[in-house]
Amino acid sequence: MDQEQLTTIEDVQRAMFAQHYIADRSLATAVFLALKRRKPLLLEGEPGVGKTEIAKVLAAILDTRLIRLQCYEGIDVSTAVYEWNYTRQMLHIRLMEAAGINRQEELKEIFGPDFMIQRPLLQAIDPANTRAPVLLIDELDRSDEEFEAYLLELLSDFQITIPEIGTISAKETPVVIITSNRTREIHDALRRRCLYFWIDFPTLEKEYSIVLARMPEVPERLAKQVCAFVHELRSADLFKAPGIAETLDWISSLLALDQLELVEGPVRDTLGALLKYQDDVLKVGGNDVHKMLKKAQGVS
Amino acid sequence: MNALPQENGNYFVLRPLDIERGERLLYRLTEFGRILWEVGIDVGPRKLLDLAETLDYVDITNKEDFYDTLKCSLLPRHEQEPLFNQMYLYYWYMRDRQEKKKTGDTPGTARRDERQMRLPPSELKRLAEHLNAPAERKDLRTEMRESERRRRVDEYLKEEDDDDTSNPQGTAYSAIEVLRKKDFESFTWDEVQEAKKLMAEMRWNLGQRPTRRKRPARRGSYPDMRRIVRRNLKYGAELLELTWREIKYKPRPLVIICDISGSMSLYSRLLLHFIHTISNGLMNVEAFVFGTRLTRVTRQLKRRDVDDAVRDVAKTVQDWSGGTRIGDALHFFNQKWARRVLGRGAVVLVISDGWDRGDASVLEVEMDRLQHSCHRLIWLNPLLGSPDYRPLTIGMKTALPYIDDFLPAHNLDSLISLGNLLGAIDDSRPVRSVAARRKAVAEWSKPRVSV
Repeated sequence: MDQEQLTTIEDVQRAMFAQHYIADRSLATAVFLALKRRKPLLLEGEPGVGKTEIAKVLAAILDTRLIRLQCYEGIDVSTAVYEWNYTRQMLHIRLMEAAGINRQEELKEIFGPDFMIQRPLLQAIDPANTRAPVLLIDELDRSDEEFEAYLLELLSDFQITIPEIGTISAKETPVVIITSNRTREIHDALRRRCLYFWIDFPTLEKEYSIVLARMPEVPERLAKQVCAFVHELRSADLFKAPGIAETLDWISSLLALDQLELVEGPVRDTLGALLKYQDDVLKVGGNDVHKMLKKAQGVS
Repeated sequence: MNALPQENGNYFVLRPLDIERGERLLYRLTEFGRILWEVGIDVGPRKLLDLAETLDYVDITNKEDFYDTLKCSLLPRHEQEPLFNQMYLYYWYMRDRQEKKKTGDTPGTARRDERQMRLPPSELKRLAEHLNAPAERKDLRTEMRESERRRRVDEYLKEEDDDDTSNPQGTAYSAIEVLRKKDFESFTWDEVQEAKKLMAEMRWNLGQRPTRRKRPARRGSYPDMRRIVRRNLKYGAELLELTWREIKYKPRPLVIICDISGSMSLYSRLLLHFIHTISNGLMNVEAFVFGTRLTRVTRQLKRRDVDDAVRDVAKTVQDWSGGTRIGDALHFFNQKWARRVLGRGAVVLVISDGWDRGDASVLEVEMDRLQHSCHRLIWLNPLLGSPDYRPLTIGMKTALPYIDDFLPAHNLDSLISLGNLLGAIDDSRPVRSVAARRKAVAEWSKPRVSV
């Protein structure tokens, strides 16, 4: 689908639904505006609520390439933008020397596009792209301030200057999705350039429809009980509440154990799919599981 | 105002939709933006211009979409969402109704002009403060005192020129020396002012941590291939000159968690000043205060003027001079903030006297977790200044085994030695043996018989 074909918020919502992503209207509005205004969309929210998934879904909807840049501390130009292929450069110089070609020519050639390794950001603004790709800058909070500052320039003009070659600018502005888990505050300057959306944990009904959309094979009864249980769990005072990703994970573990509804024994055994901290397992592991289960079993 | 200047020098021309109506909407958006800005949400003209363009794409008669659009364009962070919602309701719903009631249903330019003439609330407030007589007089008094002091110093210096035996700097120095050793508790108002000045002059640095980023260096452990190829082009394909990169160091983040409950009230104002100077003197400082609940005050303390900042903190904090529940406050910190602010080898500074009315077992669990998630856990206790201090309160006894450094914070000298400690923090992890610490604490808290 082309970006132009998504003319209303409903279109976006429908297209995302077709890709098994249940988006409420406010999220669809944010995505729609990001597409129309060609502005980056900054997504924040607890881990496992489907931030990264949005970029994947968008790439599928627009039938275009997803270029993913996973951030980490110390990420720099040579890993995010471009790097010269040094081995090839050295070999090339040797070959040319052997062939007796004059030096000025060499110099121009070994700093040409043939010797360059394109990293995600450069790929995203490559003028050769015929369709605007989706650029996912994942977990930006993991990178450091220097990299964030570098992004500022890229995200406002969609161009990159390489001293040896010149300025490369995108013909098709990429769709940019930035996610953050808030292990560090993203700077105001970057926020200012983006549309911002906070993805919350889904409501019970929404989570149920997400489960059905993602795993059509799951028995309805189990799906209902699982959603109710997870919902209860989130309201408990936990160090890390389970996200949707964990819910789906848990369901597949239960299915692997041939469970058709929630039974206390297997639930206790598989809690590790939902809770990732020993403190949380201990906290819920006692009486609480029993109580929550009773509640969840009463749902269907 | 059909054309508004845009950042890149081009002009952003308003669509001639329905000029009167469009202009009014733009006007209202600007006004709304201004209100958001007043309450501390980062909304500038550029964002508003962007929003005006964005609104072309949505059906603004759909209230829900209008709200969603405004929110994702103007709201930059999740924490401020309740504030945004409140202001949104106030501006787009309540205010309308109030105004309609007041003026009847007569929208018109006259009223608009009148509104434009009025000063925004902050200006009014500033004006009121300026006109506030006692405050003004107080300022005048300090001003007079200062000029008097300056005059005296000048005279001293003049005398020194005439006569070498007198030593004005010495006397001034010793006065400062006395002040530095004096307990904050017994400060007079004048001394507080003097102390604030001294604090403002303190310079802070914090131990560095190695980052994953590298920088060019004369000697290093990683070859800088890019430079090597460039440099050696002139020699053909032989690598004759090597260049290197080495790991870049950066200051560690500092997280301050300060007790402002009743038992700390003699210290808390001065300590807030101290936190203000330290947050302005270092790169990454996060500040929290707690009594019965934890409040983040980083943004408030970012204000340049210390008095403004402290006033802002006082306005934000609900539980000033109330009870203390250290365990609960730390629990909240560990749940909600630890992941966000304790990354990158942070140093944590807890300032409290350890008087705790909460559950000791909660405090123990939370202290354990806190110690494990930071590089160094420092506890400042103003009471430690007294020579016969014993950790007798249950709170302090419980917390002590998990603390890496236990320091006093009762006078300026102790703050200076804290500064030295912070500067000396290195990469090595402190030895953390809770069992050994427990023993030491038990030993320490035994009453001592004087011979």
